Amino acid sequence: MPHVVNIAVSILFDGLAYSMFLFITAVGLSVTMGLMGFVNLAHGAFAMCGGYFVVTLTRSFGIGFVPSLAIASVAVGIISVPFERYLYRQLYKSSDLEQVLLTIGLAFMAIATFTYFYGPIPKSVPLPDWLQGDVNLGFRAFPSYRAFLIVLGVALISVLWYAFERTNIGAKIRAAVDNRRMAESVGINVDRLFTLTFALGSGLAALGGGLAIQLFGLTPSFAVIYLVLFLIVVAVGGLGSLKGTLLAALVLGIFDTTGKYLLADAGGFFIYFVVVVVLLIKPAGFYGRE
Amino acid sequence: MAASDTTGAAGREARERAAEYLVSRHRFRWPEALPWLLAIAAFFVFPDRMTFGSQVLIAMMFALSLDLILGYAGIVTLGHAAFFGIGAYTVGLACARLGWTEPVSGLVAAALVAGLIGLISGWFLLRYRGLTLLMLTLATAIMVQETGNLRSDISGGYDGLPGLTFDRLLGLFDYDLYGHTYYLYVLAVLAVVFYFVRRIVYSPFGQALTGIRENVRRMHAIGSPVHRRLVTVYTIAAAIAGVAGALFTQTNAYVTLAVFDFDVSAKVMVMLILGGTGRLYGAFLGAVVYMILEDYFSKMSPAFWQFGIGLLLVLAVLFARRGLLGLFEQAEAYLRKRPKP
Repeated sequence: MPHVVNIAVSILFDGLAYSMFLFITAVGLSVTMGLMGFVNLAHGAFAMCGGYFVVTLTRSFGIGFVPSLAIASVAVGIISVPFERYLYRQLYKSSDLEQVLLTIGLAFMAIATFTYFYGPIPKSVPLPDWLQGDVNLGFRAFPSYRAFLIVLGVALISVLWYAFERTNIGAKIRAAVDNRRMAESVGINVDRLFTLTFALGSGLAALGGGLAIQLFGLTPSFAVIYLVLFLIVVAVGGLGSLKGTLLAALVLGIFDTTGKYLLADAGGFFIYFVVVVVLLIKPAGFYGRE
Repeated sequence: MAASDTTGAAGREARERAAEYLVSRHRFRWPEALPWLLAIAAFFVFPDRMTFGSQVLIAMMFALSLDLILGYAGIVTLGHAAFFGIGAYTVGLACARLGWTEPVSGLVAAALVAGLIGLISGWFLLRYRGLTLLMLTLATAIMVQETGNLRSDISGGYDGLPGLTFDRLLGLFDYDLYGHTYYLYVLAVLAVVFYFVRRIVYSPFGQALTGIRENVRRMHAIGSPVHRRLVTVYTIAAAIAGVAGALFTQTNAYVTLAVFDFDVSAKVMVMLILGGTGRLYGAFLGAVVYMILEDYFSKMSPAFWQFGIGLLLVLAVLFARRGLLGLFEQAEAYLRKRPKP
């Protein structure tokens, strides 16, 4: 294969894997923000929490990587419910600023707690054999872990798409994102719907956090560093839109990977440049409602 | 103002009452001397802690600049560190690369550069509100930081520009080891900036900003040039943040790209919220309390300190939305057995 094509395929493959991580982690944030307009800066903290659960489950309890991911997602999803019930709920009608302050406060507390128990040194997880090394697809070999990410991402997108577009609950969520008052007046319990999507979103964030360990390493500051990326995906995609979040994750994931491959020095510059341009042209994001 | 009929006698009376109100708010009140007396007293009581004292004063100035846009105009930004950093680097680069070591003109240059960037970015960004504005301000700050990182041959990258030396202040005063000169220098600059900010918030322009914060639609409806007002105050706040950043570089004699960190933007917001937004002295109280707590607790354990800050924020949002000054006012109202305003 010619060299240029080889590099292009590598970039596309890595970018796609990265996009899947972004999508899995950010989709819950997008739906909850679309439903309630709540600016949740603690979303990254739930992802970080999921990551550390996976570390503990695999290292201390000897559970396999994939079952650990599932357990961590469910556990964080359940843990997030009381936060929504008792803290977030009080601020639904407050200003952006108050929501920002509350959730950033929670994120700081989470970072401090996990630094206390796990220390600031990056953690890694033991992967099963089939996720290490390369997988050969006939014309060339790809890193297995990234292939796993892409397969998992596509599977989750299909499930979410089905749940969102074809089930009763999905229809209710879409209705509530479109027009919350109208949805309430036809008898949809938006509060309960929100608790459900919040738990689901936090669980998916935890899954993303677990998947990220192998990609970036896991430190407590994960909660803030990658939060910016998730928020960007949500803002660029448009609040509450599954399609928008996917498109934004793909565009930003592939752009960022390309930038880092071709111009390593420029680092994160490109992704933020793309964000600013997109938001200046479409302030509500790709599929947001103006 | 277009709020009332300005031709009739009733209109004239209403205008006079409005003018009277503005003038009475602007009048100097004696309790306002207290923070300045305390700042001067601190100079004599803690002569060996003046380096720390200068940092507190700089934090006050930075928080004051945020109060202008957040507290008065209601612009929620997550990227205010950009202007602090631009000011810090203007002075740092001028000193390290151009040999421009005169401190006071450095401050002016920092204010101009930060103000210019504030004008340009504000003109683009202040059309947006809510999450979009949060993301745009955040992305702008990161882009400035990444630009600095990209040209680390000039900026020194994350290692920064160490060992900067500046001329004697006004050609007269030497810097001593304990930072006495710097403390008085920063205090003097803070006093000038504060006078300026106080003039702004009690002017009709300041009233218009409060109007935008409270009800932007109504301000549009009465014909107030909302966007222009917001860009103006954003530019002023950026220039002040730039001066604070420049003082930061001068007093520390180094600067690194960490001045652009998200933490810096978050920290200044915490200070302001802690003290109370939209009340000038909230920025002072918040900065003092925050810096002293940080100095004390972060020596014990940084993780413990971060937990405390998080807890403070959560408690402030749930129980004291108007900050410490708001709590004081509530307590005062309670003691006087008056209903809350």
